[in-house]
Amino acid sequence: MRILVTGLGTFWGSKLAQRLETDPSVELVVGVDTREPVVPLEHTEFVRADASFSILERMVRATQVDTILHTHLVVDSTQESGRALHEVNVIGTMNLLAAAGATGSTVRKVIVKSATLGYGSNYTDPYYFRETMSRTRPAKTQVERSLLEVGGVIGDFAEDNPHVSVTMLQFANVLGEHIEAPIARMLRLPVVPEILGFDPRLQFVHEDDVIGALAHATLRDVSGVFNVAGEGTMPWSEVCTIVGKRRVAMPPVLTALAAEPLRLARLVDISPEVLSLLRYGRGVDTSAYRQAGYRCQYTTAGAVDAFARGLRLQTTVGQPAYHYERDVEDFFRHSRAIVRDGV
Amino acid sequence: MASDGVEQALGAQSILNGAEPPSGELVPVPRAAPSRVDDSEIRAGDVDGWGRSERMRALARFLYEPMYRRWFRVEWEGLEHVPTEGGALLVGNHGGAIPSDAPVVMHGIETELGRPVYGMADNLFRCLPVLGTLWSRTGGVPAHPDNAYRLLHDEQQLTLVFPEGTKATGKLARDRYQLRRFGRGGFVEIAMRAGVPIVPLAIVGNEEAMPIVFKSGRLAKLLNIPYFPVTANQFVFGPVLGLMVPFPAKFRIRVLPPVYFDAAPNQERYNRSVVMDHSERIRAQMQAAIFDLLRGRHSVWRG
Repeated sequence: MRILVTGLGTFWGSKLAQRLETDPSVELVVGVDTREPVVPLEHTEFVRADASFSILERMVRATQVDTILHTHLVVDSTQESGRALHEVNVIGTMNLLAAAGATGSTVRKVIVKSATLGYGSNYTDPYYFRETMSRTRPAKTQVERSLLEVGGVIGDFAEDNPHVSVTMLQFANVLGEHIEAPIARMLRLPVVPEILGFDPRLQFVHEDDVIGALAHATLRDVSGVFNVAGEGTMPWSEVCTIVGKRRVAMPPVLTALAAEPLRLARLVDISPEVLSLLRYGRGVDTSAYRQAGYRCQYTTAGAVDAFARGLRLQTTVGQPAYHYERDVEDFFRHSRAIVRDGV
Repeated sequence: MASDGVEQALGAQSILNGAEPPSGELVPVPRAAPSRVDDSEIRAGDVDGWGRSERMRALARFLYEPMYRRWFRVEWEGLEHVPTEGGALLVGNHGGAIPSDAPVVMHGIETELGRPVYGMADNLFRCLPVLGTLWSRTGGVPAHPDNAYRLLHDEQQLTLVFPEGTKATGKLARDRYQLRRFGRGGFVEIAMRAGVPIVPLAIVGNEEAMPIVFKSGRLAKLLNIPYFPVTANQFVFGPVLGLMVPFPAKFRIRVLPPVYFDAAPNQERYNRSVVMDHSERIRAQMQAAIFDLLRGRHSVWRG
């Protein structure tokens, strides 16, 4: 199996490459990103490049990859401006799929990491979204719109390329010791915001399960759209209690206005998506991916607990950081390439 | 979209779960509880996947008990028609500006039969700060077809709906006990899909507990709510309390025999005319039972 990973410089891309390169059935992992990998990698080849079509198309042709793992979708709107987000999510995915579908392409499998954020969060929602359902109200924010658009692009690609197995995994909000995600970031604050009078049901997935679920989709015979989340839901108040944080109430009306000074003061940037999540919550049905053979190790409560434990460790010893050292990494990759060419 | 995997997975599931007999007597299918990892050591509260808290519910039952026994003096007929196990969709007639029928039915069945009832209500409840949370903690569920299906089919629970919706609670006092349209018959479809019977309830007393004497369509539109009522209670208890305190009307509830459907569960669609036919028939039965109860009622307050 020869795999191309996009977003190798993200936490997910790096972690996934780390997980896949140890698998005996994986022959080659190539990663593309403009940023450096964030974890040490043994055999993975890293190419510093942007997601333009010409580069991707050449890479797919030259490396003869059979599997593409697209981990690069941005789902945290506080990290990118609206335009950059559209560029990365929609245009990046279009380029990638165009490269995968080019004549003579060897790609037979595409896996996309997306988010349940695409379902939105509204009072008209069912308590558990199934994969067959769509959001109940039109998307208002750029990130949600871009995710929906990506879903459409992927759907079209799957329809046009029946010989390619296409999987899209939609992950619930991620919690974990190492990951910077909107909810995790809020829970790291000294006090945690809530909306007065609302205590929504939230669902989480642990970072290890994200890696596990993506690896499962890559290595096993799976295709389709799946929700991935820990079993069960938990009210926000209880999440804060377990993590051991005090809550501060924001007003239930004009909440976005109240959140604005916090952002300007660089205390906390709460995106509109998270604000509606703190009001109505979100739950997804996860039975389909369980039937497809992957069972999350962590329940929602388990993920919250693991996060709380990690946070307690970090407040004591801090977070160990990895820095990419080009010479060292190049040496390992280079030497391995010689051995492989000799085989 | 390449959703074959999903459809296959869902298809396999529906075959596994579709073991109910399509018609005749309801045979409760023994259903293993979904294997849940025990999180009790982690959990800091008791709110379940439906947003209910058993502690809150126990408190609510304790507080509501005097209301149920002394204020409304609720009496039931034909309670034996409510199945003691397996899912069933309870269908009632709605009435009163802020309807008392939902808590009365839920409290009644929970205390008399010891079975929890999941009350489906307009999802506008979710928009209300504090009240919406309390409503959800004490057993309210937003009325979404998939929520109902999950409760009835996957969890085999008793679920209560009022198919008339806000059309019934927003009607003027002079129209009391005149059933409104039963939506588009969606409740019949859900029961068919879930493979459970419908248990119709005829409720008398709810309309007089909080009658609407006047309503303003313009204010309702302005405030983006289904109706803006002026209730008789407001003349007695004042403008605010008048929307919270119901009159002590005598409640009488007749449970009609369960209606079983001769349709295979888990279908994506059901024949429209069959659905509408059942819906109309159930509505007519309920209307007749309500009129029958009213014929026997000597006083609004003493029954």
